[in-house]
Amino acid sequence: MRRAFAIARAEMLILRRNRWLFIATLIMLAFALALSFAGSAPTGTLGVDMLTVSVASMTTLSVYLAPLLALMMGFDAVAGDRDRGSLALLLAYPASRAEILLGKLMAHLAALAVAMCIGFGAAGAVAAWFGGAGAESLLALGRLVLTSILLGAVFLVLGYALSALSSGATAAAGLSAGVWLVFVVLYDLGLLGAVVMDSGGIFTQKIFPWVMVANPADAFRLWNVAASESVALSSGMAGAASALPGWAAPLSLLLWPALGFALACAAFRRVEP
Amino acid sequence: MDNAKSPLQIRALDKFRSKTQVLHGIDLDIAPGERLALLGHNGAGKSTLIKAVLGLIRHEGGSIQICGAAPGSVAARAATAFLPEAVSFHPALTGHEQLSLFARLAGERADIDGLLERVGLGEAMHRRIGAYSKGMRQRLGLAQVLLGRPKLALLDEPTSGLDPISRQDLYAIINELAEQGAAVLIASHALTEVEARTDRIAILRKGVKVADDTLAGLSAQAGLPVRLRVQASDAHADRIAVETGGRRINGASVEILCSPQDKMAELRKIAAMGDAVADIDMVPPRLEDLYRHYSGEDRR
Repeated sequence: MRRAFAIARAEMLILRRNRWLFIATLIMLAFALALSFAGSAPTGTLGVDMLTVSVASMTTLSVYLAPLLALMMGFDAVAGDRDRGSLALLLAYPASRAEILLGKLMAHLAALAVAMCIGFGAAGAVAAWFGGAGAESLLALGRLVLTSILLGAVFLVLGYALSALSSGATAAAGLSAGVWLVFVVLYDLGLLGAVVMDSGGIFTQKIFPWVMVANPADAFRLWNVAASESVALSSGMAGAASALPGWAAPLSLLLWPALGFALACAAFRRVEP
Repeated sequence: MDNAKSPLQIRALDKFRSKTQVLHGIDLDIAPGERLALLGHNGAGKSTLIKAVLGLIRHEGGSIQICGAAPGSVAARAATAFLPEAVSFHPALTGHEQLSLFARLAGERADIDGLLERVGLGEAMHRRIGAYSKGMRQRLGLAQVLLGRPKLALLDEPTSGLDPISRQDLYAIINELAEQGAAVLIASHALTEVEARTDRIAILRKGVKVADDTLAGLSAQAGLPVRLRVQASDAHADRIAVETGGRRINGASVEILCSPQDKMAELRKIAAMGDAVADIDMVPPRLEDLYRHYSGEDRR
């Protein structure tokens, strides 16, 4: 663990040096603020406070942005060191490969957390200031930040796995883009197509919600939606959420980082620098 | 000395890369304080052997023990220092930060500033490695070898990218390591450098160890000829060439190749020629000749 912290410390320095922390925070802040202001229109018609609407639109934003930022940080983790030629020396030191990945994960996760807290926090503050906030909408904001960090963790470890499996950093970047596209865009499109084909049969009623929650991006969306009735109302996802037990989405989102980390470690162990 | 605690003990090591065998039954030992030069062409298996010792790659046959521990185990990695060929680091970190990371990974409370001063990076230690020259990166690599007190130091082409003065420093540091009791393995191309600065020489050819002895031992085994270069006075070169069976190499010189045992007899013969001989040079076989002999260029 001491060695993992040593790695995390160096990685944190690197993230600060190469402006990654700053850029990620800036991106989160810009998008969250833009959405908060753009999404302030329908408040009256739904009868919820502005922060609730803001959280609903930021949930949609985070589905796209959290995986993207995480993969952009993760794809370089192993392949970058190997391309540079510094991996062999690092592995000659008495830190296990799991410790190295854990150290990188801690640093990357901390950077993501900072970006999420500042971005969503600022947008939430703006929404609360202008349109009011209640205990429930503040809770929803806190949940959004936490689940966004979890979603980031999923794609960080997937990024590490791709980084270890691919032949170089460029290939890892390409694979990461593919993974992002599949999980965030194509998966939902495929499900939508299946539901349309099935036209309200067994698949739509029984299987579809489970297939959906198996995808971490959808689990993230469902968790935020199901936990808050008013968010569900303003995001129109109440249907799918109500068909599943309450633990399904949290379980999926908590299981993915663990499985992904195990996968990344297994892939990293096969790397011969 | 307890055999199990030998810094490096390799027995019958086989390594395959897909179907081709890249190391064939390598046996190699290094004693504490011994400096071993590992020589061989590119692709002879030097780096592969080092990576196998580090546990970075798996081997298919034979055994490796580092101070009695398996390669890649925490004990083995803690006992080993490694300088990779053309060492590189993350460009965003400073030399000081990089070395601090290595010290923490090794669990050493080291004098980071002192080490960086020692390798001549005192001025540059708080600059980013991205701004370092190749030689400075190599020096940083050397600084991390000195972290802790390694029982075994594996240096892969340590002089590449270093200017002559840095090379002097490098060998001073290697001697220091050896004096502290580390077994030092230096994989190198720079034959003339390692010649005087190592205790023993091992030569790899296509994954086979073809020689492993001291320089003197290798010379004796190889039986390479001693080169006598006789400079004739006036116009006696032809006569000398005929009488000694040597070869005229220019107007006034004759080159004679003779085995080490015949050397004295040959010298007496030349001395007996009196004034006809103006000067004589004797060139024993150099490591370069031995290397060519053992690595196959002269063989069969």
